[in-house]
Amino acid sequence: MIELIAQNPFLASLLALVGLGLVFGALLGFAAVKFKTEGDPIADQIESLLPQTQCGQCGYPGCRPYAQAIADGDDINKCPPGGEATIAALADLLGVEAKPLDAAEEAVPSVAFIREAECIGCTKCIQACPVDAILGSAKHMHTVIASECTGCDLCVEPCPVDCIEMRPIETSLQTWHWEKPKPVEDLIASDRSGATA
Amino acid sequence: MRKIWDIHGGIHPAENKHQSLLKPIENAGIPAQLILPLAQHIGAPASPIVNVGERVLKGQMIAEAKGFVSAPVHAPTSGTIAAIESRVIPHPSGMSANCIVIDTDGKDEWIDHHGVEDYSALSKLDLVDRIRQAGIAGMGGAGFPAAVKLSTRDDKPIETLILNGTECEPYITADDILMRERAAEIIAGAEILRHIIKPNKETLIGVEDNKPEGIAALKKAAEGTGIEIVVFPTKYPSGGEKQLIQILTGKEVPSGGLPSDVGIVCQNIGTATAIYRAIQFGEPLISRITTVTGEACGQAQNYEVLLGTPVQYLLDKSGFDKENCIRLIMGGPMMGYTLQDTAVPVVKTSNCILAPTVAELPPPPPAQACIRCGMCAEACPVSLLPQQMYWFSRAQEHEKLENHQLFDCIECGACSYVCPSNITLVQYYRASKAEIRQAQQDKIKAERSKERFEARTARLEQEEAEKEAKRAARMAAAKAKAAAAANAPEASKADIIQAALERSKAKKAEPADPAQAAIARAQAKRDGGAEEESPQEKTERLQKLLASAEKRLVAAKEKLALAQEQQSDNADAFATAVSKTEEKLSAIQKELSEHQASQAPAKTEPAGESTDPAQAAIARALAKRAGAGADESAEDKTTRLQNVVATTEKRLAAAQQKLALAQEQNDANVGAFATGVEKTQAKLDAVKKELADHQATLGENAAAEQATSDDPVQAAIERAKAAREAQANMSEADKIKQTLESLENRIAKSKEKLEAARAAGDDKAEILADSLAKLEDKLATAQQQLSQT
Amino acid sequence: MGFLKVSSPHAHGPMSTARVMRLVLLATIPGLFSLTWFFGFGTLVNVLWASITALAFEALALKLRKRPIAFYLNDYSALVTAFLLGIALPPGSPFWLIMIGTGFAILICKQLYGGMGYNPFNPAMAAYVMLLISFPVQMTTWLAPQGSFAGDLLGPIDALRYCFGFGRESIDAITMATPLDVLKQNNSLLIEDLWQESAQLGHFAGIGWEWANIGFLLGGLYLLYRRVFTWHAPISMLASLTLLSVLFYDGGSSASGGSPLFHLLSGGTMLGAFFIVTDPVTSAVSNRGRLIYGALIGILVYIIRVWGNYPDAVAFSVLLMNFAAPFIDHYTQPRTYGHKLKDQQGGKS
Repeated sequence: MIELIAQNPFLASLLALVGLGLVFGALLGFAAVKFKTEGDPIADQIESLLPQTQCGQCGYPGCRPYAQAIADGDDINKCPPGGEATIAALADLLGVEAKPLDAAEEAVPSVAFIREAECIGCTKCIQACPVDAILGSAKHMHTVIASECTGCDLCVEPCPVDCIEMRPIETSLQTWHWEKPKPVEDLIASDRSGATA
Repeated sequence: MRKIWDIHGGIHPAENKHQSLLKPIENAGIPAQLILPLAQHIGAPASPIVNVGERVLKGQMIAEAKGFVSAPVHAPTSGTIAAIESRVIPHPSGMSANCIVIDTDGKDEWIDHHGVEDYSALSKLDLVDRIRQAGIAGMGGAGFPAAVKLSTRDDKPIETLILNGTECEPYITADDILMRERAAEIIAGAEILRHIIKPNKETLIGVEDNKPEGIAALKKAAEGTGIEIVVFPTKYPSGGEKQLIQILTGKEVPSGGLPSDVGIVCQNIGTATAIYRAIQFGEPLISRITTVTGEACGQAQNYEVLLGTPVQYLLDKSGFDKENCIRLIMGGPMMGYTLQDTAVPVVKTSNCILAPTVAELPPPPPAQACIRCGMCAEACPVSLLPQQMYWFSRAQEHEKLENHQLFDCIECGACSYVCPSNITLVQYYRASKAEIRQAQQDKIKAERSKERFEARTARLEQEEAEKEAKRAARMAAAKAKAAAAANAPEASKADIIQAALERSKAKKAEPADPAQAAIARAQAKRDGGAEEESPQEKTERLQKLLASAEKRLVAAKEKLALAQEQQSDNADAFATAVSKTEEKLSAIQKELSEHQASQAPAKTEPAGESTDPAQAAIARALAKRAGAGADESAEDKTTRLQNVVATTEKRLAAAQQKLALAQEQNDANVGAFATGVEKTQAKLDAVKKELADHQATLGENAAAEQATSDDPVQAAIERAKAAREAQANMSEADKIKQTLESLENRIAKSKEKLEAARAAGDDKAEILADSLAKLEDKLATAQQQLSQT
Repeated sequence: MGFLKVSSPHAHGPMSTARVMRLVLLATIPGLFSLTWFFGFGTLVNVLWASITALAFEALALKLRKRPIAFYLNDYSALVTAFLLGIALPPGSPFWLIMIGTGFAILICKQLYGGMGYNPFNPAMAAYVMLLISFPVQMTTWLAPQGSFAGDLLGPIDALRYCFGFGRESIDAITMATPLDVLKQNNSLLIEDLWQESAQLGHFAGIGWEWANIGFLLGGLYLLYRRVFTWHAPISMLASLTLLSVLFYDGGSSASGGSPLFHLLSGGTMLGAFFIVTDPVTSAVSNRGRLIYGALIGILVYIIRVWGNYPDAVAFSVLLMNFAAPFIDHYTQPRTYGHKLKDQQGGKS
């Protein structure tokens, strides 16, 4: 037998390869069972990068489904509230190319505001709010808990009297900060060299 | 000579201190208006305790501290509160915040205040509280409430008390002149601080060697007190708290920690003076020494300024040349911030107002590329790698920035100062710090949003599940009942259903329904002696029987429908029951019509002892009609006819209802019902015609007599007619609509059931789907019908 | 008019990038002078032509990238690259060789990466290596130094003529191997004999070479004095080179790698140590990092000179270490105030 193999290099290599294949296959199979990861950690990681506005602007009903969709291969550029920062973070996590945002512009951080005089107390916005940030009951005026509002604007559309508007979050003394300087070395020729204010 | 440590890096910018040291401290006087921001310190803004229009005295507290890290505000002079409103405050943003505005009256009238005779007799807590009440906040620049720093914990013994007289920023001489002129007060303040802190090792005053006169004055004042004046080489930024601690003790304050963590408390010498005045004389912090300097000021000088004095007022005093000044700085040239508005007030932290000419501090030239020369790293007093942080900041690499200890940056500006490419490094760091903080907050908020979203989702799911559970329970109950009914023998089953019906009827009858009562009575009578009944009673009994049979039929049909929907095994049983009830019903109907036919020509009995008003009326009417015949009076005839009309209308309505019900349930007897309705209608019409004819005759004969009594009767008739017509008109469409509604309801129900069945993996799902489809077909037909009518 | 709204600090020091570059240019003067003194005007012509072409290429690249040309030419960085390349090339190199070199340095090694500050490799050294690989003949024909032959040195006119390709044959008459070459080719002679045999070897590191290196050393010391760079990288490079040459100097056998003095003062040692290794853009950033960076360059220089295929090795060593600079940076972050070194490194990703 051994002699046969020794004299037949083709057979020998075939046997060797098959043997190796078996051994490694068994190893891999063992590892797959032994080190099986529960759930889908990548989706969790993706979700932790998403802004959790639950706004559905990505086309999915919330951040978790979009995270799952990205994990399953959807584009990473569908989150306007997250903007470029989120895309960059996702690109970094997934090791893919960052893409420009799939929307006209980044969503300006804002909060919903109910013009309370106009509110008829229909509770439609309360049902629409994904984070329970609207208070009120039937036939009573509603109001937004601004600190919990994610600015998803899902409450704007259901309002039958259009009394909800999105107001951009204004800078306060506490939130004001210096902006990063415009990198002047990226001056272009049309700028006057040596004189920028 | 004690050992002096060195700090890493540092720079030697032009000092420009001599200009403002030529003249002694001058009292700036009382401006017409003082603007006192409520937040002149780090921490929560103070909250006003005065009202607009109120007169306040010098030293009166006008806003109280809110919380532990906060400081009250006092009126710097006497006057009236002009406003409590948003004013531009000294802040790099140039934004506004709440301020108390005082119109001064020039009298400078003090409020009653007392110092402490012997502070050493007072406890630490008492002294710290006095300092807190005096509103003293760090006067070196940061404005940390002094009382907070002094509230050291007993388990953290303090080794060294350091007074900071470094004043390393160029141009500023407020501390220098304080040392020269008020060294004794500084030392007295240091003694009080020493008493409060009780440093177990030493009390030091650190001064840079570029202030020889101040050092001499301090040394003289400190003789014999054991307070040591430590002089060290001038280098920016030695005056930073952490840097000074390193220079004097060689210790480093751990990152994110406080000086007390290494047994040190550090206070500015200006703060020490304020503490002295607060303890010794009971004077709160209402003024400070501010340097007004820069070449755009005709005369650079130090002023003793009331807090709240507008910068414009000081500039006017110093011969400010606005044309030549393009930036106005509060603080020094290294760490100060630019002001856009000269109306901003001097606050507790304003050590300098710098008005340089364009030539003196030219506008920053455009930044060039970073060549990574490393001069910034050489200059950095905390050994950061500014150029790396610059790249990370531009690339938004927050994690790397934090790994490069961005948050240990003290923003001293040494890196920007030395940068050959004129990169505004500090601005990048400030922006990045803010971005990172923002990102952290966003992250926290996102976490919370997620939690709230998940909680909401869970809640909705639970609600849904509860509903579903209820539905399932209901269904199970119905099934159990049906099963019980199916298992019981035929007769008893019918009894059970009957009993249930009776029960529900009894419930319905509770609001004293006379008809129900009559039925009950009639039944009782029937049970009692069916044979002896009078024709009148028989009619009643039969009618009642008919009604109850009809009701039973309806109920039975409902059950049947339910059973069919649920594909119950009992459906057949129910169907049998229905058909039996139907037979019974038709039998009763027949009997009734026969009886009525036989009785109608000669119904003479009076109404008997019936208590039912309606029945009584009918009986009366019948009796009258039968008895009086042609002899009856005209009035009687009218009444009778009207009564007949009313009764017939009632009957018609009942018949129509029945018809509708029958149609809804696609009863086979629809035809019969329809005929019944038609007949009743015809009868009604005939009676009505008779009535109308009669009335017309009456109207002709006795128009005058009848006029008064006729009108309401007529009106009633008209109303009745209108009602009947309305009913007749809407009948077809309405019936179909009713049918539609009920069909839709049933479809919705069966859909829910179907879903539930599918969710539960029930094998009945297929059957349910089938029945749903059938129902939908029916709905479509009905809709078609509706559109045709 | 309102007041400026700018972030602190408002004061700025006297240093500017252009000034740094001008100082570097100024510091090359002693070395350039001794090169000219010993090898004629060839090097000066090199530098001149390299400067012209480098500025032209820089302007071209800026124009193509739509950047303000005057603003960027004013930073002198192209001139520094041109000077370093011109000095490194053999005197009297042909114009096309220089032009290819500056073109490669400016267009490919610098502007393609985004201009000054963004280039991972030292442009002058990258160009030098490219030329050395592509045109080995031209790159290794070095003129004979004064005193080693009978004829006249290359005068300014001749230098220009040779440079632009007229009568290049005659230049071959005065070319000679460099001392490093001589040492490299030597397999049989004792060092002592070698010295006697080769006229150009001079006292200890080759006629002219010694003085050129001393000139660059002087320039470097001047820059150190002006605090243009810190001492860490150049000193550690020279130290490691010295250490290795001491360790492996066997007193002068035929297999010897040359004396420490020979290594310090021949070839591009000093030019490399003070003008190339100190190039801030491509070196390590922290002082500790620069110590490592310089030391490794010194070691590489010795290894390549003695056991490698090329006679001189500064360019190769610098390029190799340019690769390693970010790696060194990662591990040599200085300890920040208030931190323990361990915590800091533990906290790194």
